[in-house]
Amino acid sequence: MRLTPLKNLDRELARFHGRLKAGAAFVALLAATLLAREFYLQVVQHEHYIQRAESNRISLVPTAPNRGLILDRNDQILAENYSAYTLEVIRVQTHDLEATLAEVGKLIEITPGQLRRFRRLLTESHEFETVPLKSKLSDEEVAILAANRYRLPGIEVKARLFRNYQAGPGMAHVVGFIGRINDRDLKRLRESGREQNYKGSVHIGKTGLEQSYETLLHGRTGFDQMETDASGRAVRMLSRIPPVPGKDLRLHLDLGLQAVAEHAFGDFLGGLVALDPNTGGVLALVSRPGFDPNLFIDGVDPDTWKELNESAERPMVNRALRGIYPPGSTIKPFMALAGLELGVRKPTDSIADPGYFSLPNSRHQFRDWKRGGHGSVDLRKSIAQSCDIYYYRLAVDMGIDRMHDYLAKFGLGERSGIDLEGESPGLLPSRDWKQRRWKKAWYPGETVIAGIGQGYHLTTPLQLATATAMLANGGKRIEPRLVQAVRDPLSHVWQLQPTVARGQVAITPAHLAAVREGMMDVMRPGGTASAAAAGAPYTIAGKTGTAQVVGIKQGARYDESRVARQHRDHALFIAYAPAEDPKIAVAVMVENGGHGGSTAAPIARAVFDYYLTGKRPGNMKLEANDATE
Amino acid sequence: MPQSSHWIVRRLSHLDGILLTLVLLLLGVSLAVVASASGQSPARISGHLINIGLALGVMVVMANVPPHLLSKVGPPLYAAGVVLLIGVALFGEIRNGSRRWLNLGVMAFQPSELLKLALPLMLAWYFQRNEAVLRAKHFLVGGAMLVVPFLLILRQPDLGTALMIGASGFYLLFFAGLPWKVIFGGATLGAASLPVVWGLMHDYQQRRVLTLLDPTSDPLGDGYHIIQSTIAIGSGGLFGRGWMEGTQNQLDFIPERTTDFIFAVFGEEFGYVGAILLVGLYLAIVARGLVIAARAPTQFGRLMAATLSLNLFTYVFINMGMVSGILPVVGVPLPLMSYGGTALITLLLGLGILMSVATHRQLNKS
Repeated sequence: MRLTPLKNLDRELARFHGRLKAGAAFVALLAATLLAREFYLQVVQHEHYIQRAESNRISLVPTAPNRGLILDRNDQILAENYSAYTLEVIRVQTHDLEATLAEVGKLIEITPGQLRRFRRLLTESHEFETVPLKSKLSDEEVAILAANRYRLPGIEVKARLFRNYQAGPGMAHVVGFIGRINDRDLKRLRESGREQNYKGSVHIGKTGLEQSYETLLHGRTGFDQMETDASGRAVRMLSRIPPVPGKDLRLHLDLGLQAVAEHAFGDFLGGLVALDPNTGGVLALVSRPGFDPNLFIDGVDPDTWKELNESAERPMVNRALRGIYPPGSTIKPFMALAGLELGVRKPTDSIADPGYFSLPNSRHQFRDWKRGGHGSVDLRKSIAQSCDIYYYRLAVDMGIDRMHDYLAKFGLGERSGIDLEGESPGLLPSRDWKQRRWKKAWYPGETVIAGIGQGYHLTTPLQLATATAMLANGGKRIEPRLVQAVRDPLSHVWQLQPTVARGQVAITPAHLAAVREGMMDVMRPGGTASAAAAGAPYTIAGKTGTAQVVGIKQGARYDESRVARQHRDHALFIAYAPAEDPKIAVAVMVENGGHGGSTAAPIARAVFDYYLTGKRPGNMKLEANDATE
Repeated sequence: MPQSSHWIVRRLSHLDGILLTLVLLLLGVSLAVVASASGQSPARISGHLINIGLALGVMVVMANVPPHLLSKVGPPLYAAGVVLLIGVALFGEIRNGSRRWLNLGVMAFQPSELLKLALPLMLAWYFQRNEAVLRAKHFLVGGAMLVVPFLLILRQPDLGTALMIGASGFYLLFFAGLPWKVIFGGATLGAASLPVVWGLMHDYQQRRVLTLLDPTSDPLGDGYHIIQSTIAIGSGGLFGRGWMEGTQNQLDFIPERTTDFIFAVFGEEFGYVGAILLVGLYLAIVARGLVIAARAPTQFGRLMAATLSLNLFTYVFINMGMVSGILPVVGVPLPLMSYGGTALITLLLGLGILMSVATHRQLNKS
């Protein structure tokens, strides 16, 4: 048996002590690692982490401001706010969206339309966004939902501010509407640096004044700085910046006048603009048909949307602003003035009108609307009877370039600068324009028809009204404005909006007087719109016009009674009154109205009557307002 | 030499004054931080006080068990632990995807906890027994004693505990004199086999490691704990935000903040200076433990004292490293700080053993 040699215990102990030192060194290394890490976190990166702790802790809860009101010139409400309960769904929080919807449907009534609208909004929203399912809940519905909330995750009942457009379809094109902020709006807000101010907002102005005065109407969003815990529950309020409500708008527009104008259109479609020629204030702005702007606030249901957009009547198009039509004979007063001012004609110059006009070396006949012509025609008569031959010759004598330059001074072919978006500039043709646009030379025949407002020339009712206002005010070019004054919500002080002038066209008084006389003759016996002026206690100066819808072949004649209504000419009428001291200027366009004197002029008359004498059309009920149902 | 009152206390109670002072200091800090982290919850504070009382009682009892008696407990305890681990593998309850628990009818029990003390006791007993005839084969046997429970726990799977138990076994072998060339050879081999180990790791273990490398990859899931705890620690700065003033703590942003993540609360409220003092206290305990080891009269005492000391700091390092975002999240509480009875009792039991080793040396010699 072999003995195991005994170890040297002292040496073993010394080795153990060595191991202890190694162990101690190891521990020191670990401790140094820890302290180095804490040094990095707590000293080097302290600023970074304290900021992250603060942003963990503090959340900004936005408070949306009250939107400004929109009032007519007599402080009649056109757009106002009210608070109502809305049933909203946050998709990401529902376990099973369909089951939740079915459950909600058992508790309160959800119409198929509401469901369709909801589904359309869902496709446009992110899953963590709240999407309204039903708005304006009754007290009973709120109570039922509140009692069942615990079993409906992702369902919320929220008090929201809503917009009510109580002036109805007639004002829709002026006031416009607000709608839910979509991705495009968000992008625009981000690009203009206004995103922060919309943190608590659901809606934004989409059209009309709601769109163009969005910045003023919206106001400034307030923020509550809340301390929140990890679960997002607010623990206490740290500070508060209250919201600043949006500013109220008071319009030049007179809701009563607007209603009268609407009513005067009867079944006809079209547009009308009435201006105060001295201020540029828009007294009425009609585009028929209108639509119910309230449909759009929380998203329109797909069927209604399709119906509105695909309707042949195109109710969503603002005809006063965007409808472009040849000015037809309404161009004649301006042409006459151009002839006088450019020295091409004198007021007394007469021409012989055989009923047609031909260019030299051409056999093509440009005809007068009146078979056989008007006989001897001077300037006044040319306007009063709307003689075409007079203006064919004038146009040829003036030439297209001078014609273009003079008419341009009246803002034709240019945006008027009204405080609404989407205005069409129309088109005032010139040799340059044709070369640029079509790369083609200008033909002399085109000058001839341009003389009576046909051919390429296109205007909007708004443009015609602005030009008419210049005849009324003696050549002052003023930008039309819907908004007269803006009220600060805190000081309650109305601040008048300035009149924006774009200069003055110098017109020889005698020349202007001659044209005005011609326009007054239009309304007198023998004039093209004399019937519309019968019995008026004030003098009207006007001019009729028709804009062709279908081309008429050479040699054919246009017979109003024989064409279908949608192919009838558009009726045009421009006028101002009282002629001696103009207070209102109007341009009326009646789609397929046929003759300006018979359909468009009576509408202007109704507008003048109400504005100048307070008289309403006999068959219009007092306080009747197609607007309010 | 006049006998000081300190010496009398030591003789009568077998308590080591220095260790006791350090432990009481840490427990005091722990009480303050648990109070802050629990939002001064009376239930939490009184529960913690009860745990502290119980654990201190266990420590006093252990301090009075002479080491030679203690060493005899090693083999049966170890054997029981291994048997129970096998029992777990065969009949254990599965919780959260791993089989760690043994249902004893009245209570569920994790046998792996038992091994944390049983393995060092067993090995210390073994090396004391063969102190005079130590040869390479003893290290092989010791290694086998280490590997058996290590593998059993690893396949539960519980990587964290397996590594902790492996470490305690390794420390003991190391202090017993495991040759350096074996250590370095093993380390090289281990590093080379890392890719293989990665492949053997479970999904959730891999995810923990990946989350550690880039916590932002999963800010609301696995990364949340690390992100929030590092924010808390970092926002503490040099001097901390003040007791009960940490917003990460008070507003619930720190998860598990009375238990595993209590250091995040401490770091936020007491800052870098606090962290230095805290690590200093732990280092003082380790230093005292190593001194006790150096002075211990028996091999068993030496090995136990040195191993328990290093073990304690390993726990500290793993916990603080995990909360500070340099180690993966494993469920290891911060010694003497975290709320929780089992861990505290196990720890003070170990410190009781240390005290026993410290105070029984004269007795043993005589």
